[in-house]
Amino acid sequence: MFKLERRPSPSNAMVILTPVLAVVLTMIAGGILFAILGKNPFEAIRIIFWDPLFNETVASYTRPQLLVKAAPLITIALGLSFGYRANIWNIGAEGQFIMGAVAGGAVGLAFYPAESVLIFPLMVLAGAAGGFFWAMIPAFLKIKFNANEILVSLMLVYVAINFLGAMVTGPLRSPVGMNFPVSRNFNEYPSAYNGELITNTGLHLGVLVTLAAVIVAYILLKHHIFGFQVRTAGQSPRAAKFSGVNPNITVAICLGISGGLAGMAGLFEVTGPAGKLSTNFPLGYGFTAIIVAFLGRLNPIGILFAGLLMALTYIGGELAQFQLSVPAASIQVFQGMLLFFMLAVDILVNFRIRLAQKEVA
Amino acid sequence: MDFSALSPIALIVSLMVAATPILIAAIGELVVEKSGVLNLGVEGMMIIGAICGFIVAVETGSPWLGFLAAMAGGAAISFIFAVLTQYMLTNQVATGLALTLFGLGFAALLGHSYAGIKPPKFGTLDIPFISDIPVIGPLIFSHDYMIYISLAIVAGVWYFLTRTRGGLVLRAAGENHDAAHALGYKVIRIRIMAILFGGAMAGLGGAYLSLVRVPQWTEGMTAGAGWIALAIVVFASWKPWRIILGAYLFGGITVLQLNLQAAGANIPVAYLSMTPYLVTIIVLVIMSADKKRASLNAPACLGRIFHASS
Repeated sequence: MFKLERRPSPSNAMVILTPVLAVVLTMIAGGILFAILGKNPFEAIRIIFWDPLFNETVASYTRPQLLVKAAPLITIALGLSFGYRANIWNIGAEGQFIMGAVAGGAVGLAFYPAESVLIFPLMVLAGAAGGFFWAMIPAFLKIKFNANEILVSLMLVYVAINFLGAMVTGPLRSPVGMNFPVSRNFNEYPSAYNGELITNTGLHLGVLVTLAAVIVAYILLKHHIFGFQVRTAGQSPRAAKFSGVNPNITVAICLGISGGLAGMAGLFEVTGPAGKLSTNFPLGYGFTAIIVAFLGRLNPIGILFAGLLMALTYIGGELAQFQLSVPAASIQVFQGMLLFFMLAVDILVNFRIRLAQKEVA
Repeated sequence: MDFSALSPIALIVSLMVAATPILIAAIGELVVEKSGVLNLGVEGMMIIGAICGFIVAVETGSPWLGFLAAMAGGAAISFIFAVLTQYMLTNQVATGLALTLFGLGFAALLGHSYAGIKPPKFGTLDIPFISDIPVIGPLIFSHDYMIYISLAIVAGVWYFLTRTRGGLVLRAAGENHDAAHALGYKVIRIRIMAILFGGAMAGLGGAYLSLVRVPQWTEGMTAGAGWIALAIVVFASWKPWRIILGAYLFGGITVLQLNLQAAGANIPVAYLSMTPYLVTIIVLVIMSADKKRASLNAPACLGRIFHASS
């Protein structure tokens, strides 16, 4: 049988290698899944991972989508990664994403049809605030009443989805939307529209904010006392306490950062790619971002690549759905498997696998 | 608004139906947590159970076989969690989340050709004369069989945990895995069995949703029920009988808000639909507020990784 032997120190090579290994294992398992569904596994994998980038006929449409899909995933995952390092589990990013979109969108729509360059920055602020305060609910309840932030933040996702429903059927319903549960279209309102900065690249303001967030997060984590505090709080809460880290403040900051970033991502999404608030607005980015955070090993640079890869599976998944008529859910399975494999191979960082010798009785 | 349409007996009966999926899933999770494992994948296991049970019930025409298949499906998917957390020493929170994300996707994949089908009807208890007694008849003697089974499971779990040696060993693994290991108990084996039981129960609860409560298959039909089951375990302070209280309280709120929606209350539907989730949060807050009591009841090794050589 195999035996696990703890490494004297975590393997640096494995830190880089394990995500690659997880992706390869997922491709193999995914290939088997597609074979069971009666599709050619090699073709399916090619359509998901290769065609969106390099296929002549579809790439001109799919390449810009990469940035559009990756930006919210990366932004949300960056925020989550701080908390996950400190053992603070915000799994309600989806709700914060929605509340950011609702709050920011509402501010924009309140000014309709006034035009000013100040409106969009104000909306971004409102979006971040919407996500921030939504995340402050689990933070406050955790600090004050010791309530489990995992369950509270998750419950608030369902509350947010219903709140969005109430808004688009009530105060934010478009007066020109023929009574459909949708808000006004943001692309018909220039001051509030988050359009492409360069045509056909998918590059919008949110993508730039994402890149800035990656850099800031990297500096925070590696070169700032806050990064140190987060890491110690996760690895040894007692040691963190002795070094003067207030656990309550860590909870508030970690949830606040992730909520604010998710809210901002929601605002950029609703004013740009989604175009309007509607009950179809939540796409599950907040949940997929959890996978992105782990696949990127909770490291900002890793998350950047993980987000791009996950965006690729979204786009490739849509292509596969279209060309091979595989069910939409198969890509969700694919992403779930990726997280399983990522968690499983993580053991190689801290442990060596040895063939166990027969023990003498 | 018309309150006269709300008959108290019908309300109680439908609250029991609404509560049972969560009741079954929560009692399974209670056993898992008592063994020291936090499995956040209840939602994923429930939905896998919902679709496995649904498919088998539709294909064979027997809801009973459906329930068995749901238990098998839930246990099978929980085995992934068991292997990852017990042998690969993965973080239990992250692995549970992965189980939920994977389960939701996998169930949707399995079920994509089963939407809109009606499952075979599941029987209800019908004792001649006794089931026809007014009030007592509908309240006690004419539920579907699974409601009685769910209560029997709670009784069984209570008996096992508090009155048998096996239960004592399981609790020992949850309170102090190093001590249990030192005494020669197989901590990992105990925990894997607990996880499989939790998976089977979550699967059964999920199948109750798709075969009795709704009864239909729709993608993502659990809609947070698994997470609410997790919250109910906290609400119950890890005590089996209180699971019933928690689940029925939750069922009552669900049914009440649904009835208010149907009666045309002067509140937008979306706000009413929020209430079960808001109440869950409030209940969690109340139960956790007393830090001393909360930490007394929770298994001491809950969520901690056990590796024998370290």
